[in-house]
Amino acid sequence: MISVHTRRRLINLISQIGSLFTVCFGLFWLSWILLTLLQHGIPGMSLSVFTQMTPPPGSRGGLLNAIAGSLFMVTISTLIGTPIGILAGTYLAEYGHKGWLSPVTRFINDILLSAPSIVIGLFAYEVYVVQTKHFSGLAGSFALGLLVIPVVVRTTENMLKLVPNRFREAAAALGTPQWKVITMVTLRASRAGIITGILLAVARICGETAPLLFTALNNQFWSNDINRPMANLPVTIFQYAMSPYEDWHKLAWAGALLITVGVLGLNIAARTFFRHHRPGN
Amino acid sequence: MPRQISDVHLNVHFLADLLFKNVTRFFAFLVLLLLAGIIVSLFIGSMPAIRKFGFGFIGSAAWNPVTEQFGGLVPIYGTIVTSAIALLIAVPVSFGIALFLTEMCPLWLKRPLGTAIELLAGIPSIIYGMWGLFVFAPLFRDYAEPWVISHLGKIPVVGPLFHGPPMGIGMASAGLILSIMVIPFIASVMRDVFEVVPPLLKESAYGLGATTWEVVRHIVLPYTKIGVVGGIMLGLGRALGETMAVTFVIGNAHELNASFLMPGNTIASTLANEFTEAIGDLYTSSLIELGLILFGITFIVLALAKLLLIRLSRLEGKRS
Repeated sequence: MISVHTRRRLINLISQIGSLFTVCFGLFWLSWILLTLLQHGIPGMSLSVFTQMTPPPGSRGGLLNAIAGSLFMVTISTLIGTPIGILAGTYLAEYGHKGWLSPVTRFINDILLSAPSIVIGLFAYEVYVVQTKHFSGLAGSFALGLLVIPVVVRTTENMLKLVPNRFREAAAALGTPQWKVITMVTLRASRAGIITGILLAVARICGETAPLLFTALNNQFWSNDINRPMANLPVTIFQYAMSPYEDWHKLAWAGALLITVGVLGLNIAARTFFRHHRPGN
Repeated sequence: MPRQISDVHLNVHFLADLLFKNVTRFFAFLVLLLLAGIIVSLFIGSMPAIRKFGFGFIGSAAWNPVTEQFGGLVPIYGTIVTSAIALLIAVPVSFGIALFLTEMCPLWLKRPLGTAIELLAGIPSIIYGMWGLFVFAPLFRDYAEPWVISHLGKIPVVGPLFHGPPMGIGMASAGLILSIMVIPFIASVMRDVFEVVPPLLKESAYGLGATTWEVVRHIVLPYTKIGVVGGIMLGLGRALGETMAVTFVIGNAHELNASFLMPGNTIASTLANEFTEAIGDLYTSSLIELGLILFGITFIVLALAKLLLIRLSRLEGKRS
């Protein structure tokens, strides 16, 4: 028979060991995945990855068209999604004190934030690809742009709400009209946070594969035409990894390493940037 | 006439204010329209299938592109099974991580550890898929599955869940990989809600001699249980719609299997695999109907999660 005291200490010890174990569990997968990526990705890396087009099976090549296509689509979708997201987020933070629109929008936006990206791809297929009757790089950018919006709305609203009200009051006391207060004072004060949000949104869409599967499709060749299927890194990785060819697997690993370094780099950059430019600093 | 000039100025600003407000309002409204647009367009797209199969679509396990017989049971079942496996593993692990981060972690370790767990969320889904297919599945097949089949497969009742040849790919490995993917989401929500517990309450309990576990069990958890459930629902929402990682490792078989070790299909992986190759209106529209069902389920789950989290923050507002 153990005493109550010992029993309580024992339960506590077990829970703490268990908790420590779960942390190790999480870190274990993270390091295993990253090590695998380095182990398979680095041998596949070479200059030709950045200078040659995606090859047919059995011949040498690189990922140039896929990288270019991805960069292009991510740029276009950020340009589409960011202004919409910032303006909508501004409404929620600055005008959304009364009325039904802002609580409902906030709620829906949070759901869209975690909505399955493949459904967003289906939507882009229905409203863009079906109407124009062809897969295209623009349709892919449209789908990715839809994924950018909720992230930017959310961060813009949160960042604007961090701006102390005395800024608004001081500006208003000087006779500044509200649109100027918002654009020149509050948006400016929360610039760093909003940029962080945009970086996080870009990081998210960089690796998104599902929405591109039936919008941008893929293209084995270089394409300058945004109305045609466009090569992109995630779908190329998917096709190459699922193929039976050894040299395609190698390229897929190289692409996977590239994407992960890019995405994690953006994530870390966003956090560091925010820490150094936090509002009030 | 300085007065007139200032009137003009006022008018200009009045108009600019009105314009700015309405432009931002329009874009906020656009977010709502986006949701409506998704639902309406998927509904229109799935009309042919809805007309042909009606509600029987959900209960039918048929999937035959040649005879054009389609049913959603297999992918719906696969989606639910993989997400359930994922939650079964992810919930206790996330709880442990959140507990460590809020109650036990030394201050200097807090930020790097938090970042590391969040990086797990940042890794693109396709990377999990590749790693799962090339690295995890072979090891799972050679070491874990034979053990599971020979030990758990013999237990009465639950045995059939673990029957079959060891293949590495299947619903079990998909669920496992999903669990790794949703841990960061659940853990970060749990950590955030644990941090809203007033220090006064915890310190009082510690002052009375409670152990860390007792504080968590009797103070933190009762205070935050709504938020914890909200976080779990959020993770579930993520798991249900996860596409690429699952597509790589689930095996893509349109069969209804009781065993978790057998290949299956989820809604998202069916869409990823078959959509561009679907021929004929009925095939395409059946796939779109699957998408609509997926969106419906995740919408409900995520809405519940959100409502619970809102309720927690309201309660907190009332108490403080």
